[in-house]
Amino acid sequence: MYNDKNAQTIVDYIQNFTRKNSLFMLAYGTGCGAIELPATLTSRYDAERLGVRGAATPRQADLLLITGYLSTKTLKRVIRVYEQMQDPKYVIGFGSCTINGGMYWDSYNTIKLLDKYIPVDVYINGCMPRPESVISGFQELKRLIAAGKADGAKKYKENLEWYRENQKKVLKNWPLVEYNW
Amino acid sequence: MNTILIQILGALATILLAFIVGMFYGGAHRKVIARIQNRVGPPIYQNFIDVLKLYSKETSINHGVMQHMGPVFAITASITSLMFVPILTDGNWFSNLNFSGDLVFLVYMMVFGSLGMALGAGQTGNPNSAIGVTRGLSQMVGYEIPFVMAMVALMTQFHTTSITGMIAVQQQSGTWLMFSNPFAFMAAIMAMLGMFSYAPFDIVTAPAEVSSGPISEFGGKYLGMMMTSGSIFAFVKLALFVDIFMGGASNLVVLVIKTFALYMIPVLYGVISPRYRTEQAITYFWKWPLFFGFIAILYAAF
Repeated sequence: MYNDKNAQTIVDYIQNFTRKNSLFMLAYGTGCGAIELPATLTSRYDAERLGVRGAATPRQADLLLITGYLSTKTLKRVIRVYEQMQDPKYVIGFGSCTINGGMYWDSYNTIKLLDKYIPVDVYINGCMPRPESVISGFQELKRLIAAGKADGAKKYKENLEWYRENQKKVLKNWPLVEYNW
Repeated sequence: MNTILIQILGALATILLAFIVGMFYGGAHRKVIARIQNRVGPPIYQNFIDVLKLYSKETSINHGVMQHMGPVFAITASITSLMFVPILTDGNWFSNLNFSGDLVFLVYMMVFGSLGMALGAGQTGNPNSAIGVTRGLSQMVGYEIPFVMAMVALMTQFHTTSITGMIAVQQQSGTWLMFSNPFAFMAAIMAMLGMFSYAPFDIVTAPAEVSSGPISEFGGKYLGMMMTSGSIFAFVKLALFVDIFMGGASNLVVLVIKTFALYMIPVLYGVISPRYRTEQAITYFWKWPLFFGFIAILYAAF
């Protein structure tokens, strides 16, 4: 046990406990999914009792919630927002559109799989996912954080070339600096 | 030597007390809002988890020196003004520097944190920060005037500028100053609504309008420092009001009861009120609180 490199130390344990119980969420309402979030956060389903709370800017946020389809135009903004967030950071893909394109599967202008462009920790499927599934997605993310497995940001840094290549494939006239954290 | 040691330990204990009480009050604030909106709400220790998480986040933003100094100024101003407020009326442990600072100095010192934060926010270059700073300074012009008028009324009425002197006046006469000069109390309480910046006066950090205003570029450790500074400063304001208007507190239990009762005024006023616009907030302070301030000065003079 003492020689296990992957075991969590007591500091990791405390950090993961605070991280999973205090998620500041930046809801990027790209598509129709944004309408489920007021219900999730207000009186009926009350995500604040689980420690999930809205953040106003990317600098303060831990969790980026991509609600719905992403056109190539909004993908630029999402990449910018994701890179402005500070470590540790997590991404939840919300709805079928982020998994396989959903009802926009044959659109010329939307991306089909979000994980090719920014690393997604948890997917919530459905069209639309109800607030119960959103909360279950939060709980799944919490389970991953507690186990130390929500390491999307690390994956993004290690495989930055691969992600950049994919991003540049859909974004002609690359508008951003190479990395703007 | 022994007294110096007690003073240093007492100062540390005061900071710790202010931090813990302020954090729990912040949690109670969130809980009260949640219960009034018929929610369960976060646990009352949620703010401690938030602060711990914020301190364990990485921060790799650099906009210049003042951006790093802004939160430091805020926390310095909070702790400095904490040192000059008498926490308890007797006992050695919490009597930090309260013999050497008077009310005029404290009124000046309480503005310093906001000014430091304004400098820090100004350097980030975010337009939301600039709008938030201008809003905050305008609101400060609004509530400082009735607050200072209430304080001047008390100073002229009792011929002392010292906070311990005012506590002594209340202990001698046996009545609290909120009954000796009720108009000053009303003006000061209405100014306190603005000082706390809770709804309806949360125009500075309005998340929907200016995306949290001055702190919009501050994440991670900086946000944690601002939360720490905010909870210490909330305790400072409450302790000051208890000292001036409610006769001080002889032990910690009385202190917590009195400050909590006082804290519920801005909280409960806020949960049922939507947000004012900037000019509405300023005109609010320049109507009734200013009127009560004038009446308080007349009442003190005659």
